[in-house]
Amino acid sequence: MIAAGEPAPDFTLRNQDGEKISLSDFRGQKVLLIFYPLDFSPVCSDQLSVYQEVKPEIEAKGVTMVGISVDSGFAHKAFQEKLGIDTPLLADFEPKGEVARAYGAYIEKTGHANRSLVLVDEQGTVEWVHESPTPLEIPGANLIFDALDTHGTG
Amino acid sequence: MSDLTSAAVPPLGPEDHRRGGGELLIVYADLGCPHCASAWAEIAAREATVVFRHFPVASKHPRSPALHAAAEAAGLQGRFFEMVDSLYADRSHIDDPHLWQRAERLGLDIERFEDDRRSQAVTTRVRRDFESGIRAGVAQTPAIFPRTGGV
Repeated sequence: MIAAGEPAPDFTLRNQDGEKISLSDFRGQKVLLIFYPLDFSPVCSDQLSVYQEVKPEIEAKGVTMVGISVDSGFAHKAFQEKLGIDTPLLADFEPKGEVARAYGAYIEKTGHANRSLVLVDEQGTVEWVHESPTPLEIPGANLIFDALDTHGTG
Repeated sequence: MSDLTSAAVPPLGPEDHRRGGGELLIVYADLGCPHCASAWAEIAAREATVVFRHFPVASKHPRSPALHAAAEAAGLQGRFFEMVDSLYADRSHIDDPHLWQRAERLGLDIERFEDDRRSQAVTTRVRRDFESGIRAGVAQTPAIFPRTGGV
């Protein structure tokens, strides 16, 4: 997994609406990359749903959240609608898992990303990383607030 | 805005909704969640002191905030767990007219029930439980925290 202090690899992926989104678009603000295995699996659903409930508090600290999985934009659109969330979801679809690989978040054996959080600062440097010990463990939203607290935001 | 950094699950306190006796289980639950409904049936069958803490995930279950407010309002008239039991036993029939029917069946003063469930005090009370769950790392429901030593 990528570590704090390293430059966050830039990327361009399509979101759930087919729009191209690059990491460099977020220069000047903090962005939280939420890598997760798959849309529609039970554990992922709870993670993004819980973060949605505290999205105002996270955004108040100047952080934009972005989800990334190997699913297509079409799946992401349906997933967003099913969950009632508006966090953008990016399709790390083709080449499959290329962005997850760049961050050390890809699990070759299963063909999807792990469950990890990467906080990128305003200059595009990785500020904080959390990797779930197993993909079944959802990082609580409290961990995000801890990371923002440590780095003097809010 | 609230501090949502990590904190331990708050211990049983005087404002908590608790029922039963025996081992202490602190349960963060969403009244709109099917997993919670199944778990509730199992928990009810156990000999335990159950503490119910509100954890509505509104984006996932849009009616949950109204259900949690209804339970709190029922609680202000002494029927908290009866309303929770009712909502988990029948997870359909959750529109406002159905909530009034449920409240009537519990013998509640409906005007007061209506005022209370829309009050800031009730919203704040529900939110307080929710935030304690976030701080404790609750990320799915139900989240059950057994506590040794009983009550």
